[in-house]
Amino acid sequence: MKKFSSLLHNLILTPSRNIKIKLLQDYFKTLDINRAYALAILSNQLSFQFIKASKLRELVYEKVDQHLFDYSYDYVGDLAETISLIWPTKKEGKSENLSTLIENIKKIKKSEINIEFSKILSQLSNNERWTLIKICTGGLRIGVSERLVKTALADLYHKSVNEIEEIWHGLEFPYENLFQWLKNETSKPKIDFKKLFHPMMLANPIDEEKDFKRLNASEFQAEFKWDGIRVQLMVSSKSVSLYSRTGDNISSAFPEIIENTKGDAVIDGELLVGRNFKPSSFNDLQQRINRKKASRDLQKKFPVFIRAYDILFYKGKDLRKLFLCERRKYLEKFQKENKTNQIDLSSIIKFKTWKELTKYKNNSYDDLNEGVMIKLNNSEYLPGRKKGYWYKWKKNPKLVDAILMYAQRGHGKRSSYYSDFTFGVWKENELVPIGKAYSGYTDKELLVLDKFIRNNTTNKFGPVREVKKEIIFEVAFDDVFPSSRHKSGVAMRFPRIHRIRWDKPTNEVLSIEEFKKEFKIG
Amino acid sequence: MDFINHQLFIKDINVHIDPILPKKTAIITHGHADHARFGHDHVIATRQTIDIMKIRYGDKCAKKFTPLRYGQRYSIKNFDFTLYPAGHILGSAQVLIEKDNHRLVITGDYKVGKDETCKNFKLVKCDTLITEATFGLPIFQHPDPKDEIQKLIRSVKMNKNNCHIVGAYALGKAQRVMNLLRQQNYNETIYIHGSLEKLCEYYSKEKINIGKFEKVSSKDKNFYEGKIIIAPPSALKDRWSRRFPNPIICMASGWMTVKQRAKQQGIELPLVISDHSDWNELLDTINKSKAKNILITHGQEDALVYYCKKQNLLSKPLSIQGRSDEEIE
Repeated sequence: MKKFSSLLHNLILTPSRNIKIKLLQDYFKTLDINRAYALAILSNQLSFQFIKASKLRELVYEKVDQHLFDYSYDYVGDLAETISLIWPTKKEGKSENLSTLIENIKKIKKSEINIEFSKILSQLSNNERWTLIKICTGGLRIGVSERLVKTALADLYHKSVNEIEEIWHGLEFPYENLFQWLKNETSKPKIDFKKLFHPMMLANPIDEEKDFKRLNASEFQAEFKWDGIRVQLMVSSKSVSLYSRTGDNISSAFPEIIENTKGDAVIDGELLVGRNFKPSSFNDLQQRINRKKASRDLQKKFPVFIRAYDILFYKGKDLRKLFLCERRKYLEKFQKENKTNQIDLSSIIKFKTWKELTKYKNNSYDDLNEGVMIKLNNSEYLPGRKKGYWYKWKKNPKLVDAILMYAQRGHGKRSSYYSDFTFGVWKENELVPIGKAYSGYTDKELLVLDKFIRNNTTNKFGPVREVKKEIIFEVAFDDVFPSSRHKSGVAMRFPRIHRIRWDKPTNEVLSIEEFKKEFKIG
Repeated sequence: MDFINHQLFIKDINVHIDPILPKKTAIITHGHADHARFGHDHVIATRQTIDIMKIRYGDKCAKKFTPLRYGQRYSIKNFDFTLYPAGHILGSAQVLIEKDNHRLVITGDYKVGKDETCKNFKLVKCDTLITEATFGLPIFQHPDPKDEIQKLIRSVKMNKNNCHIVGAYALGKAQRVMNLLRQQNYNETIYIHGSLEKLCEYYSKEKINIGKFEKVSSKDKNFYEGKIIIAPPSALKDRWSRRFPNPIICMASGWMTVKQRAKQQGIELPLVISDHSDWNELLDTINKSKAKNILITHGQEDALVYYCKKQNLLSKPLSIQGRSDEEIE
């Protein structure tokens, strides 16, 4: 564990890509099971069921005064690091291997997790504790991408990184076949590509000024961009499975899809909540995502379906080298042969000029899509975000002016700045918060805001500073819903700071009633 | 304790402690720029602090100087002042003020841990304690500086083709790093940024063991391979540091406890070496001082105020203008 934690420590601190690769390679040269665990961790394939951020907070509050912890967390801005530093250390125990430690943790029973995991944390050094917490909560954020890990492995054994990419999703812990092949002891692992998640094709945002001048509208197909979760559905006579964009198997969360889909294909689509193929709001979808299982009741209340965009395989045939317009024919064929209540097709928008398409983008027939997708008819299905094939064109966001009320220090690379802002609108003579934003401003604006907040604090509530009500943000947001959880009665989707309205006096900001009226909230 | 206000000003006798602007009488706790300023009429401080002020600002930086030995009492009307070692840097002092049987201690910046470059901190019992709180959060628990300096020595041995540039405050921290290296038997010449030269010479003259040092001057890039160079933090990002071969950027500071901070500043080898007390030392000092009234100055005061209130010690923050709440040392 000492060795792996110092690897992560060095990776996070070195800015140089080459040094990162060298550090990774030095670690992968070790031949024991630890390197398999390291690979699983660095590529986000290891997870623990019981140990989540909320559990860790619970454990740390048993050891440390809650207020003192909160002050510290506010300062550090990183949960793993705060806990690792503040945890009262016993005399360090003997350092376990990474693999032994993880296997021990996996063996802990749910009922004993508090005692046993605390015991483990107490025996580790600061840095090991930090590493273990990062491993448990996932998302290392150490400036090392999956791609970089693969590159380090490929270079070390003189293979090409694309060869590793190809078989990656078919590999499983402890990656014996991968390492043996890398060392030329065996041939390349045989992967059953039919059962394998295929990396998805993604779109780039369109640059209205440049791209529309350059691109010929007749060469493109347009569809609505639906606001659900992107999925890959793999269906054959033997099994059906559903994958998220990142390749996680999410089948168990959507049993109605798994039970009712037929045919033999790999489909790319959007998972939406709704009845009779009429999508309802993203708010409803949220009742279904981040759940491992769905009860009958939940399925009834929030039924899901897939709106199919594309098809990758049809009856065992790989269609990815065909053009989109040809694949579409296969998709329609698949849909006709296997009609269910779980899959419909994303309809194609008829348009002749870009200008004509604009009205579909902004005035879409209901409010539930985010804009339109523009896809080259002659595009193969290419993994990743390749330029020049698929574009997304988002609706103009909704905008509202609101007054900065509270600020809090940010996390990660913004951890020393006041960068999380709560803003509100008027309710009689008081302000009522309507949302919180962490992004959208420039670095320069952030410095100005940070300084304003430090110099104009009127009140402190733990880490939160209340400030003089002087700054007006023009807030952009995708949507707004009624909410019983918030005092204002509204909840925004993806609010961000659009610009700072230095010119506007605070009395011109809307009241909550006017706000609700303008955005049609009952 | 009503005789002193939140700016550390004693109105009755027109005396300031560590004032930011030029004043009639200023008691100076130590030579760092956020405490010792140019232009007072009368400066009262330890001899070494006065020497350091003269090195930095010139012999005429105040009209009159009164050097005090540690423990020597100095009276102005019915106020008695005594300086005690603060263990922060060479010459640093706490100020004990006695008036009508009330004892008030201003710690200035202090650290409790051992340090060969200055007299070690002396605990002074009192009724009112005005303490600093630079590292006033329980996440700050400074490790043994010997282990930290060993990290540097190991890295130098392992990376023979690189040079190590250590960011360290020009007064105090730089010399402490040099002294720690010597304690660990690192006997090579240490190269220093020009702005450190006079202060290093002064430390040597005061018989502090910082060993052999030399100003960076060679134009030959490869000359610095395998060497340790010490520079003020501001020079790390400057053009100045580009002249060196494959530099590994290090920083000696208590802030280096937090990885995210080290990363933000582009530090590759953080060395947690601090000249301030850590959380436990702050609590220990507060408790052992027996003071019933605790005032907390610059730093992370919120958590410390909370702690003192929980111990039934009267406590409040003192915000002193001109001291930023971070990145001072």
